[in-house]
Amino acid sequence: MTILSLRSVSKSFGALKVTDDVSFDVQPGEALGIIGPNGAGKSTLFNLITGNIAPDQGQVFLDGRDVTRTPPMQRVVAGVGRSFQIPQPFGDLTVYENLLVAARFGGGMGGREAGLFCMDILDRTGLGAVAEKKAGGLSLLQRKRLELARAMATRPRVILLDEIAGGLTDGECVELVATIRAIHAEGTAIVWIEHVLHALNSVVERLMVLNFGRMLMIGAPDAVMASAQVREIYLGIEA
Amino acid sequence: MSRSLAPLIALFALAVLYALPAIAPRAMVQDLFGILTLLVLAMNWNLLAGFAGLVSVGQQAFVGIGAYAMFAAIILMGLDPLVGVVIGGIAAAIFAIPMAFFAFRLNGAYFAIGTWVVADIARLAISQWKALGGGTGTSLPKGTAKEMAFVDGIKEMLDVSTAAAADALTYWLMLSLAVAMLVASYVFLRSRMGLGLQAIRDNENAARSVGVDPLKLKAAVFLLTAFATGLCGALAFIQITRVTPDAAFSVIDWTAFVIFITVIGGIGTLPGPIVGVVVFYALQRALADYGTIYLIVLGCLGIAVMLFARRGLWGLFTDRTGIDPLPLRHRPPRAATPSHSA
Repeated sequence: MTILSLRSVSKSFGALKVTDDVSFDVQPGEALGIIGPNGAGKSTLFNLITGNIAPDQGQVFLDGRDVTRTPPMQRVVAGVGRSFQIPQPFGDLTVYENLLVAARFGGGMGGREAGLFCMDILDRTGLGAVAEKKAGGLSLLQRKRLELARAMATRPRVILLDEIAGGLTDGECVELVATIRAIHAEGTAIVWIEHVLHALNSVVERLMVLNFGRMLMIGAPDAVMASAQVREIYLGIEA
Repeated sequence: MSRSLAPLIALFALAVLYALPAIAPRAMVQDLFGILTLLVLAMNWNLLAGFAGLVSVGQQAFVGIGAYAMFAAIILMGLDPLVGVVIGGIAAAIFAIPMAFFAFRLNGAYFAIGTWVVADIARLAISQWKALGGGTGTSLPKGTAKEMAFVDGIKEMLDVSTAAAADALTYWLMLSLAVAMLVASYVFLRSRMGLGLQAIRDNENAARSVGVDPLKLKAAVFLLTAFATGLCGALAFIQITRVTPDAAFSVIDWTAFVIFITVIGGIGTLPGPIVGVVVFYALQRALADYGTIYLIVLGCLGIAVMLFARRGLWGLFTDRTGIDPLPLRHRPPRAATPSHSA
């Protein structure tokens, strides 16, 4: 049984086809990486999965259930967690409260249970010490960690990470990757868009390449990275 | 020390307020009734604008509909005024449903103007209601207040005239409505829904991404505050005894004052409206001899607060002193925070 499945999903903005006939499956507990040049439609793909954008064609399945017409809030409850490329904390709430909202709504937990659950996540993501600080005053690394922690607090079965390692120093990146690995080790499926390839490839089992909204290739990271076509399109632009 | 003292002070103040009809002149009771009316309206508007981000300029619609429903219940159906008040609240909540369908399509400034327009449409529609006097309005039948439930009992208890007893009754009801609003707001804002509301206020998009449904929460606040505002409007017009479309749907009396009171006291803070209403009352008393000059002072004060202290006088106070007797914060369970011993 797949946890997440896209079937021939297409989306156009005007004449521009940003997602073009994309189909793929994610197995429970699997980690899938997505790479592609800027404008390849990576973030749009996430918005199609979370329900923030409705596809023109095709279907999205969660746990075998068709959720193509399900509103975003209900997809969160059904198990899709999401971190934003640009961190979007609830600035006036404390770090702890940021997670509490996620646990009480997306995670569907009761008050006492949610409190302990959130503190556990904060400790594991290295945010325990700032639990009672306002989220608006956090550093970039802490904001990225908060994005991850808040998504985890919704108790996702599949978590979508959008360029979470971008903008971090090498040292910070290593710490964050360790946290993501730990989440993966517990059996949460991960779909991760990233430009920082060494971070991505140290976690994911499969890699997918998007270009002009089309899925160019999907497979083992080594095989994908070795492909001449990928090197030309993706690495050519990066280098 | 301050933490244990605050509830005692609050209880004492409340006891004095409840005892007032027995110890103070009738004029003062009537004065305070007006102030409490504004307080209830301000607490409702604060929930809407300060917590749900719904800057309504159409709250007079609910005051007016509450008042007119109450008059209809008395004049057309022969019911007790107190039953009429409840009907007023229900009528306002029912009116809020189609109003929400219209207004919730609009955002920010458009929502504000949209609610104002709907309120004015309600005013124009009501002034076509010939059975309740059309555009010139109508009065409560003579003796209505005297025949109200409980008035005889209060008359004997306080040994006052029937009219004073009726004033005492409406005063106590308005005071109780204010207390109930405060308690209900606190409980609501500390609840799961209140937490979701504060998340929406900070970032609606992110709130959606963690499973919060903004529309549902905002609609709930809109309907609940419409109900309370309708109750308040109906109660206010029992004391006024005469209703006209212009008075019942007055944007100045029922919304503009209320916005100033909330902004000066502290929008988005629970005690803000209380502080604001005290300032309003003090200004009104201090400048009573100079006519409506207190409105000019009030306006200037409102502008100053908007520019220099965006969370109002109460926000200034809590920022300086750290004292907050009604905290909305959720504290982490202690066991999981070894770094936090306090």
